[in-house]
Amino acid sequence: MSRERDFTSAILDARLPVPSGLLDGQNQAAGRRFSVYRNNVAVSLTQALHQGFPVLTRILGPDNMDGLAGQFLRAHPPVSPVLAHYGHALPAYLDSLPQLSHLGYLGDIVRLELALRRSYHAADAAPIEALRLSTLSPDALLACRFSFAPAVSVLRSDWPIHAIWRYNTVDGAAKPAPAAEDVLITRPDYDPEPHPLPPGAALWIDALRSGDSLATATDAATAAHPDFDLSAPLALLIEGRALTDISR
Amino acid sequence: MSTTKKTLAVASAVAAALTAAATTQATAQAKEKCYGVSPAGQNDCAAGPGTTCAGTSTVDYQGNAWTLVDSGTCTEMDLPAAADGSARAGSLEPLERDLPA
Repeated sequence: MSRERDFTSAILDARLPVPSGLLDGQNQAAGRRFSVYRNNVAVSLTQALHQGFPVLTRILGPDNMDGLAGQFLRAHPPVSPVLAHYGHALPAYLDSLPQLSHLGYLGDIVRLELALRRSYHAADAAPIEALRLSTLSPDALLACRFSFAPAVSVLRSDWPIHAIWRYNTVDGAAKPAPAAEDVLITRPDYDPEPHPLPPGAALWIDALRSGDSLATATDAATAAHPDFDLSAPLALLIEGRALTDISR
Repeated sequence: MSTTKKTLAVASAVAAALTAAATTQATAQAKEKCYGVSPAGQNDCAAGPGTTCAGTSTVDYQGNAWTLVDSGTCTEMDLPAAADGSARAGSLEPLERDLPA
């Protein structure tokens, strides 16, 4: 195992010697050929980070993104062979970088980009027929509990992450205004869609996802935000085909 | 709020949500995959790195790269003619034209 460890550390750190015992086609020591591998690993992971985090790349610019990727890939090399999910350690890494502390929203933007990708790869699930809800009596409605599609997720942020994301992905989108924004991700068709949530809605959806009844979740959201109205977030969940079952 | 009032408020909010969702779904255009219409690097797909789709088309109007468009518009879209002057059109199936060298 120590041979594998030496190889991996030497791949990521050009100051370390080429691991012993590596030979080229003529049985000569591999020498500088090893640097080709070092370069391929760094370049492919840098490209993966550019592709996986298009909004971050747009905010930082491609050159700064190259610099950030070079540091990040050495601090956090992939832990899984699935390249599509590479970068789960990036939000915390960005939060900890003093050079980027003036852009405090970057960590949450990257959390949003990761959540969109996870949603894309989540399993399919058949949505409920929403009209089932209209057949229930008011008392039965309050006792309802919901199951959610695996592609659904909720992010809470102190920053206008939905507006920043839109500004950098949609042509002509409005400039972000400074405000806290929570985001709901649903996947109604092929692609995940982020939606901004009104105050209290993230708490309400998280309570429902944890198994609370409609009554309990609504009480909790109203206690935190007296103006909370469930109709807008419930409409988003139905339109996003996010609900997969109703139980009592 | 009394319990009865609260129950009715929730019931009417649920009814409002159902109406809103039904309206949105009625007006939302169904989408279809359309091949051969995306400018380079702008094909749809949020799958991420290491996959074969996200923004990976390398030539304009690449025949095997798709983007989601409103149903029924794919084959009618106006596209510039190819370099040899032949007309281009979108397709619901992957195309053999404009593939990267």
